[in-house]
Amino acid sequence: MIEAVNISKSFGDNHVLKDLSTKFENGKTNLIIGRSGSGKTVFMKCLVGLHEVDNGKVLFDDRNFSEMNFRERKNIRQEVGMLFQGGALFDSMTVEENIMFPLSMHTKDSLEKKKERVNFCLKKVNLEDSNNLYPSELSGGMTKRVAIARAISMNPKYLFCDEPNSGLDPVTANLIDKLIREITKEFKITTVVNTHDMNSVLEIGDKIAFIYNGELWWEGSKKDILKTDNKEIQEFIFATKLTQKLK
Amino acid sequence: MNIFLHLGRYFLLLNKVLRKPEKGVIFRNQLFSEFVGLGVESLGIVVIISVFMGAIIVIQTAFNIDSPLIPVYTIGFMTRQSMILEFSPTIVSLILAGKVGSRIASEIGTMQVTEQVDALEIMGVNPGNYLIFPKIIAALLIFPVIIIVSMFLGIFGGWAAGILSGLVTSHDYIYGIQLDFQAYDVLYAMIKTICFAFIITSVAGYFGYFTRGGALEVGKASTKAVVYSSILIIFFNLILTQLLLS
Repeated sequence: MIEAVNISKSFGDNHVLKDLSTKFENGKTNLIIGRSGSGKTVFMKCLVGLHEVDNGKVLFDDRNFSEMNFRERKNIRQEVGMLFQGGALFDSMTVEENIMFPLSMHTKDSLEKKKERVNFCLKKVNLEDSNNLYPSELSGGMTKRVAIARAISMNPKYLFCDEPNSGLDPVTANLIDKLIREITKEFKITTVVNTHDMNSVLEIGDKIAFIYNGELWWEGSKKDILKTDNKEIQEFIFATKLTQKLK
Repeated sequence: MNIFLHLGRYFLLLNKVLRKPEKGVIFRNQLFSEFVGLGVESLGIVVIISVFMGAIIVIQTAFNIDSPLIPVYTIGFMTRQSMILEFSPTIVSLILAGKVGSRIASEIGTMQVTEQVDALEIMGVNPGNYLIFPKIIAALLIFPVIIIVSMFLGIFGGWAAGILSGLVTSHDYIYGIQLDFQAYDVLYAMIKTICFAFIITSVAGYFGYFTRGGALEVGKASTKAVVYSSILIIFFNLILTQLLLS
């Protein structure tokens, strides 16, 4: 379980996160939703330590990540996988080298064993035989899938996904959502997904945290979110005319 | 006040960069890759500029020697001194600051804006050490070799220009380049080169590492890396010359 306790983060006079507390449960797909600029990405970066929190703490299974030094964090980071918005694959490396990179950095496995793991991860994301392609040769959906394969290569306990289906067509976006859900269930990972895609919310959201102006405005399940009469959430969910009609 | 911010961040980054690499095998592979990227790929421009600069020094020196009291072998002597003391270590380093510095800043800057640096950090890798340290070590090792090649080629270019234009005989030129040779001059050039190699790679690494934004900022970081490393090269050239030759 990942626990955020009273997280605050400011950039100068801009208070992005205000005393935010929530829990992300094990084996579930936990979604952070909210409008653009609400503080979702900053919150996720605080969770993984890319931003230092001003106040509060982040606990990974009761281990206080916020107070750890680089070496202690390194141990936790070996249990963390992250899918970045643009994939963040290393341009100079092939797909195989990208997925093998964390294994080469943190394990003493033989090359054969590492290749075996790479092929296993590629199979999981339905990208067998793409080992020798470079990131520039991949489509948007393939990039995301390779990024997922890299994120799970170390068999992580925690998976973070920052807007995993942004810039993808609805079919591919759905595929990525399903993949995240499958991996979460199969490997019992604590998954945290940052999104503003309502399809994802209704498809994979086991637990949803709605952030509004840097505050935790609402949290609950995907069933609850459709029933809530919270004005800001209603505006968020039923933003288009089509969804208003459907409502 | 901005300069203190940059200085503080630069030294904090160096504190992250100058550490033992996490995996020796990976570091070794990166080092060889950087030898090619920073060294071998820079040889072309260094060869062309060195040969022509040596030739120009010979022609200009010959045209400026009006007095018959000055022996012709002075041309060879002047060419050797110019190449070893100043042209090869300083001017070639300035050229390398442009070529290598912009390459490093844009490479790391692009990795920063496309979240590849964040990805390294998430994987528990020290991005500063992983990305910048091999470049610094590679430059410290390969730049002196490039500068020595430049010295030889400059002197050779001067000899070729002198012979082809009939300004100096081969005998006089070779006598001139051997005259009063002091190995300390080469040592002085090497000390300067190593210092400049560190400046070029670390300053370019710094500007690349702290790039924020998009393509425009990567371009700006690349330009800043070249400008600031060039200024620092000129500044440290003065200091080192005063310290080592006075």
